Amino acid sequence: MTTTTSNMIHKISKRAHVAAFALTSLVLAGTARAADYPTAAVNTTGLAITDTTVTVGQLHSATGTMAISETGSIEAERMAIDQINAAGGILGRQIKIVFEDGASDWPTFAEKAKKLLESDHVASVFGCWTSASRKAVLPVFEKDNGLLYYPTFYEGLEQSKNVYYTGQEATQQIIAGLNWIASQKKAQTFYLIGSDYIWPRTSNKIARKHIENVLKGKVVGEEYYALGTTEFGSLINKIKLKKPDVIYAIIVGGSNVSFYKQLKAAGITSDKWTVLTISVTEDEALGIGGENLVGFYSAMKYFQSLDNPNNRKFVEAFKAKYGEKSVIGDVTQAAYEGPWLWKMAVEKAGSFDVDKVVAASGGIEFNEAPEGYVRIHNENHHLWSKLRIGQWNADGQCKVLYESDLIEPNPFPKGYQ
Amino acid sequence: MWNGIGRSRRKHLVNNPTKTIPMSQYSASELWSIFIMQGFSGLSLFSVLLLMALGLAIIFGQMGVVNLAHGEFMALGAYVVYLCSEVVHNHFPALVPFYFIIAIVIAFFTAALVGLLVEWSLIRFLYRRPLDTLLATWGLSLIMQQTFRSVFGAREVTPALPEWLMGSFKPTDSIDIPINGVFVMGLTLCLTAAVWLFMYRSRIGLHMRATVQNRVMSGAVGINTQWVDRFTFCLGCGIAGVAGAAFTTIGSTGPDSGSRYIVDTFLVVVFGGTTSLMGTIASAFGIAQGQSISGFFLEGTMGKVAILLTIIIVLMIRPKGLFASKLRS
Repeated sequence: MTTTTSNMIHKISKRAHVAAFALTSLVLAGTARAADYPTAAVNTTGLAITDTTVTVGQLHSATGTMAISETGSIEAERMAIDQINAAGGILGRQIKIVFEDGASDWPTFAEKAKKLLESDHVASVFGCWTSASRKAVLPVFEKDNGLLYYPTFYEGLEQSKNVYYTGQEATQQIIAGLNWIASQKKAQTFYLIGSDYIWPRTSNKIARKHIENVLKGKVVGEEYYALGTTEFGSLINKIKLKKPDVIYAIIVGGSNVSFYKQLKAAGITSDKWTVLTISVTEDEALGIGGENLVGFYSAMKYFQSLDNPNNRKFVEAFKAKYGEKSVIGDVTQAAYEGPWLWKMAVEKAGSFDVDKVVAASGGIEFNEAPEGYVRIHNENHHLWSKLRIGQWNADGQCKVLYESDLIEPNPFPKGYQ
Repeated sequence: MWNGIGRSRRKHLVNNPTKTIPMSQYSASELWSIFIMQGFSGLSLFSVLLLMALGLAIIFGQMGVVNLAHGEFMALGAYVVYLCSEVVHNHFPALVPFYFIIAIVIAFFTAALVGLLVEWSLIRFLYRRPLDTLLATWGLSLIMQQTFRSVFGAREVTPALPEWLMGSFKPTDSIDIPINGVFVMGLTLCLTAAVWLFMYRSRIGLHMRATVQNRVMSGAVGINTQWVDRFTFCLGCGIAGVAGAAFTTIGSTGPDSGSRYIVDTFLVVVFGGTTSLMGTIASAFGIAQGQSISGFFLEGTMGKVAILLTIIIVLMIRPKGLFASKLRS
C-alpha cells in the first residue's frame, strides 16, 4: 500500500473507532450500569446485594383466612418487580425475590420477618396486609433496621422510620368517606360493625368520634365478630330492629362472604338500606359474588374501573399475566406501587442502604400509578392520594361516583385519639 | 328505608336525632316480627349444629373413635358440591336448576367412600387405642387440608347456588325468612329422621347397636363386627359430607374450613352425652338457642363466651353430658 492510502485507511478506521466509541457511550449512558454503582458503595450495611442482583423479601399470607385478600398483593408486587427487571433492574441489578408465607398467623409473620432480615439480609420487604400482622413485624423491622412497604389502607396512628405506607390511613379513607355518605344520604344514625382485631376497632373508634363530634350523628350499635365467623343472624336481626341510616361495615377476610350473603337473604338490600364499607375491594367481591353487593358503597383510593391511561395499561398487563378473569382491588394496586416507589428512592439515593433510601424518599412522585398520581409525604412516610367512592354492580366491579382532591396523609389527627 | 316506621316515630327521629327510640315505642307487630326472625335464626343455627354433630355422634358416640378429621370430611362434601357446580355450569347448562340436590347425594357417597378408605387403612388398627386415634386423625386432617390447598388453591371457593335457594320468604312486610335457612332445616329434619329410622328400625342398625353394646357377644351371634364398624364409620363420614354440602349455602369453603367447624361439633356431641342420639339433638337445640339469644343481647364474641362458660359449668356438674345413658360399668 502507498503511504497516502494507508494514511487514509488509518484515518477512516480511526474515525470509525471514534464513532463506534461515541455510539456505545451514548447507548450505555442511558442505562444504569452496575459498574457505575459498585457494590461496596451502594451497600454498606451487609445486605444481600451482588454486582448483578439485589434480593428483596415478600411476606404475605398465601394460606389461611387472609389468603383471599392477600393473593392479589403477592401477584401485583411480582408483576412490578418483573417490569422493573425487564427495564434493566435497579442500579443495574436484577431483583430476586425471597417469598415467605405468613399463613394468616401474626406470630408467624414476626418469625418470617426476622428470617428475611437476619438470615436473608434482604434490601427491602414488601408485605403484610392486616394491621395485626404489621404490628407483629414492626419491632423486628425497627430492631434490625429493615424496610417494609405496607400496602393496606389502615387506621393510622403509626409512623415508623422503617415502614412506608402505600395504602391510605384513616383520615384519608374513613373521614372523607363518612363526610360523603352523610351529605349524600342525609344520614344521622350509624351501625358500626367490624371483625375483632385492631384495625376495625380503631377505625370504628375514629369513625365514632367523627360521627358524634363533627357530623352530629348517633352511633346506634357497635359490634365485633372474630375473624372466620359465619353466623350473623343475631346481628342482622339487631340491625333490623335499630334501623340505622347507614350500616358501616368493616368485616375482613372470608367472613365477608357469609355476612353479605346473609344480609341479602334477610332482605337488607340497597333499595331500602345504605351500606358503606371500607373493607370490600374487587378481591373480596369475587368471593362474595357481585349480586350480593349490588348498590352498596365502598370507600377506596383505587377501583379497577378507574378510567385513566395508567390504569388501562396496568389492568391490561395484569390480566395478560394472571388471566382474563383476574380482579384488581385497592390493596393490590397499592402493593404494585411499593416496588416502584422503592426503586425511585434507591435511584435518588444512589444506594440500597436503608437509612439513605429513607432520607431520599420524601417528595418522590409516581406519575405512572394506576390510581393516577401519588406523592410520598416529606415527613410521615405516607402517600398523598385521592379518595373515591364506588357503588357495586352485579358483575363485581364498581361505578366510581365521587373523587376527592389529593388528601394529605395525617396519621395522628387531633381529636381522634 | 322509611317503610315500616310509623309516622309518630319518624317525627320523633327527625326532632330528636340523637335519642334512641325506646322499646315501648315499637309496635307489637314489629316486636313480633323480630321475635319470629330471632327464633328462626336460633332454629337455623340448631339445624346447622345438629347436621354437623350427627355424623360425629355416630362415630364418636357409637364407636368411641375420636375423629379429629371430621371437619375435613365436611369440607370435602363442600368441595364436591363446588366441583359439581363447575362441571354443570361449564358442560351441562341445562341441568343448572336441578344439580344441587344431586350434588348433595354425590357428596354423601364421596365422603362415605373416602371414609371407607380411611377406616380400612388407618382406623381399624386403632380401635382399642383412643389416644392414638386422636393423633392419627389429627394428622389425617392436616393431610386433607393440604390436599385441598394443593388441588383447589388457598383462596376460598363458593359453588354457584341455584336461583331457588336465594332470597327470602316474606310472610309479612317486615319478616324475612331466608330460603337457604329453611332448606338447611328441611335437610336436617330428613337426615335425622333417616338416621333414626336406620338405627332403630333396620337390621343393619340393629347390628350396629348390638356391636356397640357388646362386641364379643355380637361376634358370637354371627354379626361381622369388622364390617359393621366399617359401615358405621362410612355412614358418619357420609353425613359429614352432607353437612358440608349444606354449608355451601351459608358461607364459602376454604382448605381450613373444617377446623372452624370441628370445635363446635365436638362441643355439641360431648355436651349432649356421647352415647345418646337424643342427647345430641337436645344439646344442639340448647346451644343454638342459647347462642342466638345471648348473641342478641350481648355483643358478637361476648355471646359466644357466655355460652361456652355455661357449657363448662354444666359439664362440671354432669360430666357425662346431658343425656348420659345408664350403663353398668
